[in-house]
Amino acid sequence: MNAKTLTRSLWVFHVACSPCNNCDIEILDTLTPRYDLERFGIQLVGSIRHADVLLVSGVVNKKIVSRLKRLYAQAPKPILVVAVGNCACSEILFRNSYNTCGPVDKIIPVDAYIPGCPPKPEAMIMGVVKLIRSMTQKSDNKSK
Amino acid sequence: MKLLFEFIVFPGFVFTAVFGMLVSWIDRKVTARIQWRQGPPFLQPYYDFQKLLIKETTIPETANTFTFLLSPLVAIISTTIVSLILWKTIFNPQSLFVGDLIVVIYLLAITPIAVILGASSSGNPIASLAASREMKLFMSYELPFILSIIVPIIKLHTIRLGDIILYQQTSGMVINSISGIIAFAVFLIAIQAKLGLVPFDMAEAETEIAGGVFIEYSGMPLALHKLNRIMLLFIIPIFAIILFLGGMYPLYIGLLKYLVILVIIILIRNTNPRVRIDQAIKFFWRSCMILSVLALILAMIGK
Repeated sequence: MNAKTLTRSLWVFHVACSPCNNCDIEILDTLTPRYDLERFGIQLVGSIRHADVLLVSGVVNKKIVSRLKRLYAQAPKPILVVAVGNCACSEILFRNSYNTCGPVDKIIPVDAYIPGCPPKPEAMIMGVVKLIRSMTQKSDNKSK
Repeated sequence: MKLLFEFIVFPGFVFTAVFGMLVSWIDRKVTARIQWRQGPPFLQPYYDFQKLLIKETTIPETANTFTFLLSPLVAIISTTIVSLILWKTIFNPQSLFVGDLIVVIYLLAITPIAVILGASSSGNPIASLAASREMKLFMSYELPFILSIIVPIIKLHTIRLGDIILYQQTSGMVINSISGIIAFAVFLIAIQAKLGLVPFDMAEAETEIAGGVFIEYSGMPLALHKLNRIMLLFIIPIFAIILFLGGMYPLYIGLLKYLVILVIIILIRNTNPRVRIDQAIKFFWRSCMILSVLALILAMIGK
């Protein structure tokens, strides 16, 4: 029940953890009228207190790691975390860098991964749809 | 008992909330169609409200908890009373007391005051900035707003909402005169600021100060604040219809008037950029003030 209520209106807060901006451009592209995410009740919000989804993009480095943890603590629960792009999912070529602190799921729990460098808007919508479907199925199984 | 029923169910809280959600859906759908996209499903405002109810309510450490939580309640109660007065007047123009127009003006002023209180008690620097913007905006639009309301008062010689409707049915609508048209235009622009819609939404500018006055609100209080906004969006056009367009009867024409005002509000919202706070104050205190004083003088002459 809760999962259904939550996933019917997802408000997205975009956390840019030092990305190269390609993922950010694609995220903005996804929010344009062409793809029209408001059909699914998805909106971009400005404040972390209104968020239901943290959209994390980029490599988490030593400067940003404390901020990411703090943002996750500030967000009202229940909160979902989506890692967008190869950097956030697995850090690809930055994994041996002196400055990185591991992929996002080592720092905060991640609910969905959207790989790609950068992922296409269609891929992001696909990821969100899969996330919603898995959440509602999980709650259905629980209620059975 | 009857009063309690009227306050909570019809035409009070539940009625206004349900129709407010409907109107909010129309607003979002028309916005979507203007931007050439499909828009949200019909129940989306209800889904948003329901989702906010199951979210956690966080109260910041620096906040004054009592004022922080009281502010959405005060706002929503005052809006409900306004709705009650307006609808009772429409159903039975003789049922209320003399001077209810002034009560409505005061009750409409409570919402921005409650929002300012809530924002400044949250202890967030961005929220205090937004509260100062809201306060300046409130002080700038309130004067043209009230001056434009005085025009129907002068023309019909009454401060009772029921009499305003009845006199307009016998002697023609206020908007049929030059002063009425000017006052109505000023009123429409002022309610755009009152509703916090786009040309004058600098107090909650999401792209600029991250939600502004509502930045620290989450869960239930945020749901109440959002509900208050959409309830206002539902009842303020009705206030305009009573003052300038002669009431809601017959019902289908009343509905038509309502939709026209709503679509004008949505169109202004979608075709204008957000202005800065100093530009807004200049706009209200120069152009709108001059226009509303002109309307006032014309109404005194009898035009």
